[in-house]
Amino acid sequence: MTMHTTRRAFLAGTGLVIGFAIAPRGFAAEGVPAGGGDALEAMNAFVKIGTDDTVTILSKHIEFGQGPFTGLATLIAEELDADWSQMRAVHSPADDKVYANLAFGLQGTGGSSSIANSWEQYRQAGATARAMLVAAAAEEWGVPAAEISVSKGRISHAGSGKESGFGALADKAAQQTPPAEAKLKDPKDFVLIGKDLPKLDTPEKTNGKAVYTLDVTADNMLVAVVAHPDHFGATVKSFDDAEARKVQGVVDVKQVPQGVAVYADNTYAALKGRAALNVEWDLSGAEKRSSSELAADFSSQIGGSDALEASKRGDVDQAFSEDGTVSLEAEMVFPFLAHAPMEPLDAVFIKRDDGSLDVYSGAQFPAMDQATAAEITGVDPAKVRLNTQLAGGSFGRRAQFGSPYMQEAAAVFAATDGSRPVKHMWTREDDIRGGFYRPMYVHRMKASIDPDGRITAWDQTIVGQSIMGKADLDETSVEGAANLPYAIPNLRVMSHNVALPIPPLWWRSVGHTHTGFAVETFVDELLQKVGKDPVEGRLALLGDEPRHMGTLRKVAEMADWGSAVPEGRERGVAVVKSFNTYVAQIVEVSRGESGMPKVHKVWCAVDCGVAINPNVIRAQMEGGIGYGLGAVLFDEVTLGKGGGIEQSNFHDYRSLRINEMPHVEVAVIASSEKPTGVGEPGTPPIGPAVANAWRRLTGSPVRRLPIVPAGMA
Amino acid sequence: MINFTLNGEEKSFDGDPDTPLLWVIRDFEKLTGTKYGCGIAQCGACTVHLDGSTRRSCVTPISSVDGSEVTTIEGLAGAEAEAVQKAWVAIDVPQCGYCQSGQIMSAVALLQYTPKPTDEDIDGAMAGNICRCATYQRIRQAIHDASDMMEG
Repeated sequence: MTMHTTRRAFLAGTGLVIGFAIAPRGFAAEGVPAGGGDALEAMNAFVKIGTDDTVTILSKHIEFGQGPFTGLATLIAEELDADWSQMRAVHSPADDKVYANLAFGLQGTGGSSSIANSWEQYRQAGATARAMLVAAAAEEWGVPAAEISVSKGRISHAGSGKESGFGALADKAAQQTPPAEAKLKDPKDFVLIGKDLPKLDTPEKTNGKAVYTLDVTADNMLVAVVAHPDHFGATVKSFDDAEARKVQGVVDVKQVPQGVAVYADNTYAALKGRAALNVEWDLSGAEKRSSSELAADFSSQIGGSDALEASKRGDVDQAFSEDGTVSLEAEMVFPFLAHAPMEPLDAVFIKRDDGSLDVYSGAQFPAMDQATAAEITGVDPAKVRLNTQLAGGSFGRRAQFGSPYMQEAAAVFAATDGSRPVKHMWTREDDIRGGFYRPMYVHRMKASIDPDGRITAWDQTIVGQSIMGKADLDETSVEGAANLPYAIPNLRVMSHNVALPIPPLWWRSVGHTHTGFAVETFVDELLQKVGKDPVEGRLALLGDEPRHMGTLRKVAEMADWGSAVPEGRERGVAVVKSFNTYVAQIVEVSRGESGMPKVHKVWCAVDCGVAINPNVIRAQMEGGIGYGLGAVLFDEVTLGKGGGIEQSNFHDYRSLRINEMPHVEVAVIASSEKPTGVGEPGTPPIGPAVANAWRRLTGSPVRRLPIVPAGMA
Repeated sequence: MINFTLNGEEKSFDGDPDTPLLWVIRDFEKLTGTKYGCGIAQCGACTVHLDGSTRRSCVTPISSVDGSEVTTIEGLAGAEAEAVQKAWVAIDVPQCGYCQSGQIMSAVALLQYTPKPTDEDIDGAMAGNICRCATYQRIRQAIHDASDMMEG
């Protein structure tokens, strides 16, 4: 952890002094924050105190529903001894050093790491600010600092009866030399951590006032949309914009590297103009195979010489050849998945009179997006401000190495003369058809059972694109499989990387989206084959994994596992560790009227170390379950014959709806371990838990996703 | 010239009559609480009240709104609206929050017509509103809570 020791050092390198620092609910009505604002004193790079006693935390992590504004504010408020009602949160400026994710080494939100990497840093920032306030009070009142106490936002000295809020001392506090390292509280003294504090961003998200990138507006702003190809790898051959230019409100049409951009005075004119374009695409470099052809090609690679070893113990081949061994095999196919956040990708560019550039975007890698915007627009990077906005979901979509989305948005702005602000937006069609999917994967599984009913070998091969673009082993392809938690003596996990022109990306829980499903459905089948109970059988194989066992035992207790299940229903279980958080789920499933699985109830136990805000943790489990359930029931992006993308919007890329949402009951396991994340780990277990219940209900194992019941294909 | 009422104020629009109400509200009237999510009436993020009923503003041409009263999240008022927003805050329904204006517009309309909704009523009224964060369980709870509050 890097902590600076002087206020100057704390502030140096932040890239810019933000002249405004306001509570989320205080964003200017026009969306573009103006300069100036209330007098706020920076205690350090993470805490500002206003003359009105408000404490504004600068969140280095983007808020898109997973709760960092509230979580990080809790860490600071705890050590600052602030009152929750005085806390506010805003996004920090873009800066890969000051605001680095300590797990990444650059600024970024992802891997369910916001709280985990900030746990000490933000508490330290709060404790440091507290020490500076106390030093200021000691100086002001002429009393020893050691005699001063702080509680619920009030600073007091019992001996003299002096008392003050933070605001009156903020200016003097900001002049103090911060302690090199302030002492952090003993966890037993926590008063805010562990409480269901109300989320800071809820009120403005309930009255329409929350400002997202799409809501940022400026005088004389152009709206731009880009016509994209419907094949991956296609480029513009030629285009005719005569009809588009006739559309009322269309201002210009320009070719950009990603397609053809239409600029208009308003959104509808831009959309209508784009629809009137006639673009001829060059398909010579395009992917022309269909999804089913891709799956067959993936499958045929298994056993090839380019296999990469991800994990090995014992001798799998020997175990399979033992006398009396029975083996079980399966091949599973996972589709491309779009993230489909409610707010499609967008960005606003405003060139200022001094030649600087303001970019507004829901940036998951803000400094990378800032550098990309600077490079493409040709503006001095020191004069580009990347203003991170609240984002309407992400699920991984907004975190892209090399910032390909920002490349497009910046190219669209750069193709203008810069005199008018530009909002670049993707439509839902651009989003569903835009690639950066959870890649397609094929898994081949094989396991052996000895005559005593013990699982003796596990052999798994995973074929798919490397999300990290690696030629050698990509850990994200095999995480959750390579580190199989079950004590099976002989293990082999292999991987094949496939290169495709379809850009891949992480999707809520990354490799665990498919490895969690493959491992947890296959182990469940094996346990059934040897006549073991799904919970007891897992526990027996998890001897070295106490936290897996803890969540599994807890969820079994919640569901009263083993009790009678209503007629026509079956239960399924799964436990997955992802991002160092352990989640076990039990589901109750019947066959719905449509013939599809109907999930009635989900019990969920989560162990994420110290629970900062249990209510946020429960919400993330509920949401992760709903997100994952929608995907396993409905979702796939497919390439049709000739390689064209077949889906385009929510009518054919289905999302879970309220009538399909099961009742979810969550228990948060008490723990004193360091906190880990909750944004993603709720998602992996739901798919296999449902598939396991479905197999017990119907007798048919689920071998491809989404689940398509027999006879409904 | 198309004339309509937006949150109680008289408005007129003389642009392309095909322009969906959504973009008139957002681009011309600068009220951004109503969101774009799909443009084809599949997600409900753009839900407004048109003459007292829910309407997907993304597929409603402004020409069809002539003489109508439009209410957006910014103009929402009344006992149902207060109860719904209070219930939403009390249990922290929103996550990313982007769809919530539409959810709230649908929930308020539901309670105006059905003060004591069952789970089935809620499914029927709310199934057109997608929440990718899947805050559905809390939406359901908040609607019941709001109903209880109004009764009570």
